[in-house]
Amino acid sequence: MHPAPSLILFTVLSGLGFGLLAVLGLGMHPATGWTAFALYGAGYGAAGAGLVASAFHLGHPERALLALTQWRTSWLSREAVLAAASLALMAPHAAGAVFLARPLPGLGAVAGALCLATVLATAMIYAQLRTVPRWHHWTTPAVFLTAALAGGTLLAGPPAAAAALAVLLAGTLAAHWRAGDRRFAEAGHSPETATGLGALGRVRLLAPPQTGGNYLLREMVHVVGRKHATRLRLIALAAGALAPALLIALLPAPWAIPPALALHLVGMLAARWLFFAEAEHVVGLYFDRPVGAAPAAPTTDQRNMPWKA
Amino acid sequence: MTALPPSTGKKLGLVIDLDTCVGCHACVVSCKEWNSQSQASPLADLDAYGPAPEGAFLNRVHSFEVTPPEGPPVVVHFPRSCLHCEDAPCVTVCPTGASWKRAEDGIVLVNEAACIGCGLCAWACPYGAREMDGAERVMKKCTLCVDRIHNETLPEPDRVPACVKSCPAGARHFGDLGDPGSAVSRLVAARGGVDLMPEQGTKPVNKYLPPRPRDRLGGFSDESPLARYLDPVTDGAGGFLGWLDRSLGRLGGRP
Repeated sequence: MHPAPSLILFTVLSGLGFGLLAVLGLGMHPATGWTAFALYGAGYGAAGAGLVASAFHLGHPERALLALTQWRTSWLSREAVLAAASLALMAPHAAGAVFLARPLPGLGAVAGALCLATVLATAMIYAQLRTVPRWHHWTTPAVFLTAALAGGTLLAGPPAAAAALAVLLAGTLAAHWRAGDRRFAEAGHSPETATGLGALGRVRLLAPPQTGGNYLLREMVHVVGRKHATRLRLIALAAGALAPALLIALLPAPWAIPPALALHLVGMLAARWLFFAEAEHVVGLYFDRPVGAAPAAPTTDQRNMPWKA
Repeated sequence: MTALPPSTGKKLGLVIDLDTCVGCHACVVSCKEWNSQSQASPLADLDAYGPAPEGAFLNRVHSFEVTPPEGPPVVVHFPRSCLHCEDAPCVTVCPTGASWKRAEDGIVLVNEAACIGCGLCAWACPYGAREMDGAERVMKKCTLCVDRIHNETLPEPDRVPACVKSCPAGARHFGDLGDPGSAVSRLVAARGGVDLMPEQGTKPVNKYLPPRPRDRLGGFSDESPLARYLDPVTDGAGGFLGWLDRSLGRLGGRP
């Protein structure tokens, strides 16, 4: 799948923001006054920035409110409804803590749970897609939820919980990659099932439907940069999870949090880039793009017309 | 609403005969033409006269090579468009209600005025049936020419999808696949029509008829069956050709 910067930023930032708000709502940090202002501000800021980034992915952002209507069937709509509900319900709790030193624990807990449900809904947008076997697995929501909680506790949780959740994040990331590398083969998709011609023999593409590019290839059959996948996985694991766990476990919180947060964000951006770039969509079977393969050698067309490369 | 109807009265769809498709792309062109003039917005092309032209299409023809365990490979032309699935994942993922499946005939459509262009429906489709329109920034897909098939201002024979009407090989058939007695259903039964990627659980309405077994010319060899007609036939020729034959033969070397 095409690793769109808007989607990578959206999922990383909104995951961190809703994770932080969940931790604050569930009362894991008794902040009031300016501290609370900074923490809730960071939570709303990251979640809001994520939602704005996601709007850049839309062809018609002016119609975005329609996305609140189909929550009965659509995970994307559920995400929008849950995001709006959790941000609205969190506001009185946040205002109480910031301005009156009187948080509303009951309301905060409900809003915190809704924040986690929002992150789950984001993950389910991807995990529901049978067309992308790598995503269609329980490790997808596991990664999204542990990432949100690890980021949230890093900023506003007890250090022990933050370190434990960061280690758990390393575990879910590793499980997602391990399972993901086998998912396509396990699902049993092939050019033969895609064309229904398997009973006749082996199938390979002779001529694509057009000589130029198209939306499907750009959006879903994107094959860039998988060359460095292993290195990026190590960076994601070390910077996104293990280094922050070590920092928060060993250093006093005020010293540990800034570098730990910076490393966690870099690692999560790498992990989320891989999440999209490594995901193989079954439509690639109609275009003879074997899964996990390096990009094909340039075609005659591309050699003669280098601007198409 | 993006909930799928529990059942549809009819299951209108296409049956595509891979045995007779000659890969001429007439269906691609007629589909593009009809859907550029009849819909809420044209099917846009970008950079149409520039170095990298690109456009939205609702129907595309791939050509595959199928190599059987024994015998020569076979070329199969393969038109690919929306299969109007009974269990259409593209409909239920839509957050705005722009995507829907009609209860009366099962056609899957997009309401362009409600589409936010998020692209999730295209991700959910295993068959690559949906394409984002680069100019309108909304999702486009095959409508089964809903504005032809029910259009009483058109003469009766024209009330079929443009791709079916234009196919010069008669490889595309349109009808109600929910009615076991319909011509298309009987065709599917007779020819062993198949679903594409059945393991995706989408229950496609459209069916594909696999190519019939090819005739064999007494075994497969590298020699052309025409080779014996190319043997020299100048033996015993008279007149000028005979003189030329004898003169050239005297020059020696290989014939």
